[in-house]
Amino acid sequence: MKTIKILSVIAISLLAFNCSNDDNEMDQIITPTGPDFSGTYTQDDQMGRPAVNTVFVSSSSKDMFNVTTPATQSAAFQSMFQTNLLALSPAYADGGMNALGQDAAAFTTLLATDVLGVSLDGTTTFYDGTNVLTGRALADDVITVELLLIFGGEDFTENPGLSNDNVDANDKDFLPSFPYLASPW
Amino acid sequence: MKNLKKVLGIGIVAAATFFIVAADHIDAPAVQGGSSDITDFYAFQGANASNLVFAANIQGLLSPANTSTATFDENVLVEFNIDTNGDYVEDLVIQAIPRDGKMYFFGPVAPSQTGTSSNVETSATATGVVDITAYDSSANIATNSGMSFFAGPRDDPFFFDFAQYSEIIAGNASSFNMPGSDTFAGSNVMSIVVEVPKAMIGGSGNINTWVVTKRK
Repeated sequence: MKTIKILSVIAISLLAFNCSNDDNEMDQIITPTGPDFSGTYTQDDQMGRPAVNTVFVSSSSKDMFNVTTPATQSAAFQSMFQTNLLALSPAYADGGMNALGQDAAAFTTLLATDVLGVSLDGTTTFYDGTNVLTGRALADDVITVELLLIFGGEDFTENPGLSNDNVDANDKDFLPSFPYLASPW
Repeated sequence: MKNLKKVLGIGIVAAATFFIVAADHIDAPAVQGGSSDITDFYAFQGANASNLVFAANIQGLLSPANTSTATFDENVLVEFNIDTNGDYVEDLVIQAIPRDGKMYFFGPVAPSQTGTSSNVETSATATGVVDITAYDSSANIATNSGMSFFAGPRDDPFFFDFAQYSEIIAGNASSFNMPGSDTFAGSNVMSIVVEVPKAMIGGSGNINTWVVTKRK
């Protein structure tokens, strides 16, 4: 009897130890195990560079552009982009180019694949006067850069009234450290 | 100006409803104004130059009054796509999905399938979870394995005189104003920010990135 009693005490202790051990593990696990993440998620919206769908995709194709993978976007949309660019801006007429030395075909070939190129080796900016398309920082004046590339011609001097919206900075200062974006209004 | 008007297909309506489109705010009929509508995407080197920061903003043009009740949709997966070999197909993804007041992160991880359909990559070894920051609270930041995570309302970092742009498109103006006026001043977005060591996403060289929202 004594042996049985001792064994059951040990068994209970083991059980207790196991339970307690499980609890500790639950507390320490960082990988979520509780919530249900099952199911298939299907694409709604997509974005690489700013304002591309807005400016270059015709109204009837905007939803389709959002669910077309980048690898297939150029074949599906470059021609539309070029037509819309030529209608939008006089800067590309008669073989005109932008400050990157691109004619309408070259510029829209770049844009139609809507991904953001990012350098892992240094400065990350949409355009800072030196670096071009190496990322997108919060303070980058991306709209003016795009207006200049659309309307500004070979040396950024064409159509001056259309190539800068004269809003050069955000309405709140960004933070020097994570999460970088300013607190809400 | 006639050409501008024709191309964008907006016309005089734009003058009345000038919040039509911007960086990617309300860019297309199927998503505009909904819980999966991406407003902006940023990718930049972190304060620690060994890290890269990805920021996705959704649900734009939130007034301060509406921000306090804004939430992330548990049926919407936000996915950062990373192409490390230049073929415009994602080699790695970082997924963010909310559950019960927390934002869960999976990746960077090679996705089990590429393209417009996804499952949540729950077997990823790189993961994180952060309490979603409430309006008027200081930012909750979580870290794990060298990564940092944030989710919650922020000031919309986008700036643009969109009202004047719309006047130009509508044929009511021939140029921007000097100075311009930031149409997005005073408005908020719902933000997801994740900072990752560059070593986890290719290390060096150039990558292509884009952000998508996917709905269950």
